[in-house]
Amino acid sequence: MTTQEDLYAGTSETTEGRVFTVTGQDWDQIAEGLAEDAEERVVVNMGPQHPSTHGVLRLILELEGETVTEARCGIGYLHTGIEKNMEYRSWVQGVTFCTRMDYLSPFFNEATYVLGVERLLDIEADVPEKAQVMRVLLMELNRISSHLVAIATGGMEIGALTVMTIGFRERELVLDLFELITGLRMNHAFIRPGGVAQDLPAGALDEIASFVALMKKRLPEYAALCNANPIFKARLEGVGHLDLEGCLALGLTGPPLRASGYPWDLRKTQPYSGYEDYDFDVQTWDTADAYGRFRVRLAEMWESLKIVEQAAARLAGLEGAPVMVADRKIAWPSQLAIGSDGMGNSLDHIRHIMGESMEALIHHFKLVTEGFRVPEGQAYVPVESPRGELGAHVVSDGGTRPFRAHFRDPSFTNLQATSVMSEGGMVADVIVAIASIDPVMGGVDR
Amino acid sequence: MSPDEPTQGGARGTVDQAATDQSPENLPAPPEGQPGSQTVRQVGERRGMFGVKGSGDTSGYGGLRAAVRHPAATARPYGGWFDEVADALEVAARDAGVERAVESVVVHRGEITFHVRADDLLVLARLLRDEPRLRFELLSSVSGVHYPADTGHELHVVHHLLSMTHNRRIRLEVAVPDTDPRLPSLVPVYPTADWHERETWDMFGVLFEGHPSLTRILMPDDWPGHPQRKDYPLGGIPVEYKGGTVPPPDQRRSYS
Repeated sequence: MTTQEDLYAGTSETTEGRVFTVTGQDWDQIAEGLAEDAEERVVVNMGPQHPSTHGVLRLILELEGETVTEARCGIGYLHTGIEKNMEYRSWVQGVTFCTRMDYLSPFFNEATYVLGVERLLDIEADVPEKAQVMRVLLMELNRISSHLVAIATGGMEIGALTVMTIGFRERELVLDLFELITGLRMNHAFIRPGGVAQDLPAGALDEIASFVALMKKRLPEYAALCNANPIFKARLEGVGHLDLEGCLALGLTGPPLRASGYPWDLRKTQPYSGYEDYDFDVQTWDTADAYGRFRVRLAEMWESLKIVEQAAARLAGLEGAPVMVADRKIAWPSQLAIGSDGMGNSLDHIRHIMGESMEALIHHFKLVTEGFRVPEGQAYVPVESPRGELGAHVVSDGGTRPFRAHFRDPSFTNLQATSVMSEGGMVADVIVAIASIDPVMGGVDR
Repeated sequence: MSPDEPTQGGARGTVDQAATDQSPENLPAPPEGQPGSQTVRQVGERRGMFGVKGSGDTSGYGGLRAAVRHPAATARPYGGWFDEVADALEVAARDAGVERAVESVVVHRGEITFHVRADDLLVLARLLRDEPRLRFELLSSVSGVHYPADTGHELHVVHHLLSMTHNRRIRLEVAVPDTDPRLPSLVPVYPTADWHERETWDMFGVLFEGHPSLTRILMPDDWPGHPQRKDYPLGGIPVEYKGGTVPPPDQRRSYS
């Protein structure tokens, strides 16, 4: 037919009709091609490699002109078999896997898995207070960073680039705190069965205090940029509408549920990790649309800041307290320490197992290579992740490895609402609707 | 109600053992609950200490056998609101003509599990959602578990239900045989089950009857097998890096 400049773009005839492959700005070709047949119905495959589908999400959209008549999601492009892999590693190593699932909220993945394991071990009451407070601190910092990305990428997808740049600017501060506390910016594997991996490093509380002070100045910028911005509101208001009934039927939790006016937050309704001791409010909005979800996220960041402050104040009084259960059959034998050659096992511990106690060496070897045993049974302890209810169904056969670990990821469940939120609307609104449920494909596909 | 007999567990030859071997910490732990009064079903067996297969037993622990037994069925009273839910469910199930729907109830670690007959699942789910005293509005999650040694009940499907009205969580567990892995789909009652059931089909090969389109969701459409079954290897390919070769995960050394 025509000579192609772009090898990857062109048209072909199939039994289903004419297929166009477009990669960027060559939509004119489709318009021309369609004009010949005067056909209005177009099926568009958006993604899986598309900058505004929030990751490797494939959208199959049936269009009549610019109206979406049918929207379906294709997922699985980021499936890495994390749940299967966890069955081949010890209970402690499982944390290293599941932290990689929803990569924007790693601490929540770790927390729900660890809470399930602790319930099976029956050590929920034995986890030291400092570990609980540190978990809450990290989870709330993580909620801020995750909501920042949700708002930033959501803004970027509708062309509000300033929202993106300032969103990532602030997220960087949170990642710096993570790096200071856990040693890593993501994939921390820091929350472990029985407690957390390490004590709070020196100077962390000062850094947290200055972060909170800075955020109190910067968070109003988002409100000033977006809340009453006519373009922003015009793009978000009334888009992706899903009321309470729809949320419950489709299993939506988190900001979409709270934006429909129902104050359901597991931190309040089914507290874990000592959330009942913190003073914060559940944020709701009553419009059940993308704008409401944005406002809920914005307000939740303020609440998270409140919790971070309270947790930091409690940590100031817990200096030197243990961060791991006292049970030596569960607690990791070694604490990490910074040496002249970087971070590693503490030299005191190495001296102890190599030079002083054969039993300590055996104990270290058994616990580190083989791991501890978890009694038979199953547990499901969900947490309120930034995207909704995140739960790990943990099953043990009494061995040293998870018999089965299944994650109920809120992105996976919430993404089912794509069709309901998008059909009947414009193509451009599909992007806003999906951004408003903030799916993270690492969590969707696991 | 359960056709399975209580098993003796994996404590083989404890009678012949030397007295030192019979110290309490060397004996298998008794199942939870009152010993003898409950039916405990063995669902599998763990072997050895280090899980090495296909090579000589250098650990000396290769002969160890440990029975895998799940927490026993609990007798009434279950405690707290568990009784309330169980009563309401019993009454509702009787009225709906499915009084044998719940086979057993397990209360373990503060969570309640109803083991349910596959045939009655859909009726029961509707009752759980609509009955004012139950009101489990949200189906949190559906997941599969594969117990290859649990003959006749190899594939378990676990539904986690949440009642926001009463702030309660329960679990429904359905066991189906590998030879006929069918159970009703809950999509008519809980539309959110759609993707969860597709994932369970994809990963375990469980057929949800009445599902609007039971197709693979995470794996490619033409993928052979169901990857999260226990008889499906972890797989992978050896990776070469700077002259060294890293074997695929399932061929590395493992620890059970």
